Amino acid sequence: MMAAPDMRVERWTRRAQGFVVSLLLLALVLAFGPLLFSAGITDRLSELFVYVMLAVTWNLLAGYGGLVSVGQQAFFGLGAYLAVRLSAAGVSVYPALLLAGLMTGALALAIGEVMLRLEGGEFAIGMWVVAELAHLLVNLDPLVQGETGTSLIALDAFSAAARRADTYWAAFAAMVLLLVLVFAVLRGRLGTALQAIRDDEIAAASLGVRVLATKRVVFMLAAGGAALAGALWLATAITFQPHAYFSVQWTAYMIFMTLVGGLGTFEGPVIGAVLFFTVEWLFGASGVWYLIGLGAAALGFALFAPRGLWGAFTERFPERLLPLGYHVVGARAAAAAGGGEER
Amino acid sequence: MARAESVLRADGLEKRFGALVVLDAVDFTVGCREAVGIVGPNGAGKTTLLNVLSGRNTPERGQILFAGEDVTGLDVAARCRLGIARSHQIPRPFGGMTVFENLLVAAEAGAGLRGPAATRRALETLALCGMLPRANRRAETLGLLDRKRLELARALATEPVLLLLDEIGAGLTDAEAQILVEIIAAIRAQGIAIVWIEHIVHVLVKVVGRLVCMDAGRVIADGAPDAVLRDAAVIDAYLGQAAHAASHG
Repeated sequence: MMAAPDMRVERWTRRAQGFVVSLLLLALVLAFGPLLFSAGITDRLSELFVYVMLAVTWNLLAGYGGLVSVGQQAFFGLGAYLAVRLSAAGVSVYPALLLAGLMTGALALAIGEVMLRLEGGEFAIGMWVVAELAHLLVNLDPLVQGETGTSLIALDAFSAAARRADTYWAAFAAMVLLLVLVFAVLRGRLGTALQAIRDDEIAAASLGVRVLATKRVVFMLAAGGAALAGALWLATAITFQPHAYFSVQWTAYMIFMTLVGGLGTFEGPVIGAVLFFTVEWLFGASGVWYLIGLGAAALGFALFAPRGLWGAFTERFPERLLPLGYHVVGARAAAAAGGGEER
Repeated sequence: MARAESVLRADGLEKRFGALVVLDAVDFTVGCREAVGIVGPNGAGKTTLLNVLSGRNTPERGQILFAGEDVTGLDVAARCRLGIARSHQIPRPFGGMTVFENLLVAAEAGAGLRGPAATRRALETLALCGMLPRANRRAETLGLLDRKRLELARALATEPVLLLLDEIGAGLTDAEAQILVEIIAAIRAQGIAIVWIEHIVHVLVKVVGRLVCMDAGRVIADGAPDAVLRDAAVIDAYLGQAAHAASHG
């Protein structure tokens, strides 16, 4: 009856461990980026890191929590705005970026208190309203001067080369930190509870899951991550014009990257971000046709590969490179040995 | 029954949906380690009683004591963590997760277990319910019997003191229902109290030691299964219909 001695629950495979080692090597190379790459490449990679952060946070919310938001630009914009504000108040510029992310995460606790009581489409559209509201409120700040905007003037104190390298390192560190944090959250108790809520909220509650508290944690984490991404984007762009940051296009990018890469998989959004970044790099200058191409690609994936590139890949090769789940080894044998039913 | 021996005691429960009174001054007690069956015609208020006991619905009036503690104001999740677990009439699997992961959620959130203890609880419960061979299947790929078994196993993985079952046999063949009866008998043998709503009376009486019959929001009979099934009010309200329906195929 009891579990046979050879039954165990596996979380890492040898192949996954090998993959993590190669990821660490890649991270080691990327850590020396500004010393290895040209100025142009360094700048583009900083932007890629921001894209990865955006895709990963949106996927955390929608793919694992079932919280589909079209208003994540609220946090992207607030992160950039608070970074400008903190810098103007005398906080040195790079710590201000991190602080802006943390403060927006805290602010999301209050926003979530209202928004997380909404469900499905109401939550999605409600978040867009929050973003528009945040945009309007930020425009009222005399420092921002409405749509005229302002700049992260403190960055002028650095030479262009130093600024490029520091921003790269800040973005790289933030991305790695966020990826590790999200991975740890999803692999832990919170991750299983979150997926249960996504699949059936009523069933989750009836099994003792603290539904609202769980949603609150991931909402804050996703908001803080998007805000940090916004603050870092400000560091690459320097100018802050509210409409450029509070634009719904940011959430559209997040959705595109996540859907193409694979909603509800850890690896998918990272792949989606790299893909989107490459496409933008190659075709971004083609104007309208570029946008039409993006739209057509998103539509194609939604229709023919709803689980994205990584989802389609794992259907054929079930092994995960960064496994979040659990695999019971020897269950069939144990059931047979214990006289369990085999039907 | 002495108060100290009851695990659950509900007094004067009243539940309305608009003008409709679904529970009308219902008193209901479950003893420690006792298995109680609830029967009654459709619309009698059986599922609503289960919803009120589990915390899904809030009663307008009345009080619910669980292990001597007033739980009337607690939500579903809090009651589950205290030891009241339930299964749903229509199974609600976490489709995107594996069968094992479905149980792990219950062991972690409901029983408050961590790490290896949660893993062990999930595996032992899977073994008890005969679901080990399905451990790595995504729950959305399961058939009806397995969905029902998963629903039961998941509730059991929360380490309940009291298990509420809502028509877990509905839609199954006799052979399939027999598999569930064996599992539920094994659960009962562990000393877990059970409240079980079921229309298939001959399946129900194999496990329960007491039967409650409800009609129009009231308890109309309560006692030993034989006595309840012979009760004139029960035959009139419920079994007469059933016999009538059965005789016409």
